[in-house]
Amino acid sequence: MRATVGLILLAVIGVGVGISLLAIPFGAPKTEIGDYYIENAREDTGATNVVTSVVVGYRAFDTLGEVTVLFVAALGLGAVLATAGGKRGRSGVEPASLILSAGNIFLFPLILLFGAYIFTHGHLTPGGGFQGGAVIASAFLLVYLSSPGKRINESGATLTESVSGLVFVAIGLLGLTYGTHYFLANFLPKGTLNTLFSAGIIPVIYCAIGLKVGSELAGVVDNLMEETE
Amino acid sequence: MSFLHDYVYYIGAFGLVAIGLLIILVKRNLIKLIIGLSILDTGVNMFLISVGYINRGTAPIFSRPGLEPDGMVDPVPQALVLTAIVIGVAILALALALAVRFYKSYGTLDLRKAKELRW
Repeated sequence: MRATVGLILLAVIGVGVGISLLAIPFGAPKTEIGDYYIENAREDTGATNVVTSVVVGYRAFDTLGEVTVLFVAALGLGAVLATAGGKRGRSGVEPASLILSAGNIFLFPLILLFGAYIFTHGHLTPGGGFQGGAVIASAFLLVYLSSPGKRINESGATLTESVSGLVFVAIGLLGLTYGTHYFLANFLPKGTLNTLFSAGIIPVIYCAIGLKVGSELAGVVDNLMEETE
Repeated sequence: MSFLHDYVYYIGAFGLVAIGLLIILVKRNLIKLIIGLSILDTGVNMFLISVGYINRGTAPIFSRPGLEPDGMVDPVPQALVLTAIVIGVAILALALALAVRFYKSYGTLDLRKAKELRW
């Protein structure tokens, strides 16, 4: 019964979507705003990665909102999983194999370095704060899988997260005073194209986002890995 | 044949959306529902990326001095999907946390067996 209703509903949705998709040819240029961004992003923001200049340049306020969504989700996860007796240890977990625990010792700093590379070069190469943060959180996930007794320093993670969130907002507010006087205005010098210290506030914001996302996702991993009865 | 060639990415993306929706509508195990939600999310992301594609386009990154703005794919859908993926991970984690709480209070992950949730 349920499956039949579901299939009928899907068929209706499928026909509707199919008809509307016939009007959108695949592979043809569609938006004028995309052309505008590709043409002008280098002069406007100084970043060579146009996707980055859209995310933290033209639509930086939107990104602030998305970071907030991520923060609220992580907060909600902590609130949902919070138990009255405080956090338990993870003593009952079986120890990991030698390969995993020995590999973790070598891989952990390298993964952290790779994550930091991704978010500091977000304005030059594919990548950015969100991806770099996810890579950093994966390093912590590896620690949790390899050594059952270890946990992240929770107050340290919270501090990193709050400070980087504040840096994002503070840079936005500084844009009201300096430069072109609007929220998240790019008031720092743009520098030469394709160098690390270019694109004004974009690398700074992306570093803040990278640290924030990394510590948030590490906190999510910590909450989910917590031992339950 | 050329129809399939033109629309294969749309068909794939909406195939994923359809599979995810069907799982959400039909299945009653919470973990399977969350898997369906994740597949649906992936399908939507794939659709947005394929809308932004331009034939024989390159990534919108001026990594070398010689690159021309012509023939670069649309950066706007990519920027949207970039954040949507991370939000998707956060939603997935939140849904899993709710599933953990559900299991703790009802002792099962099956929605049919949780009596108070009948509608």
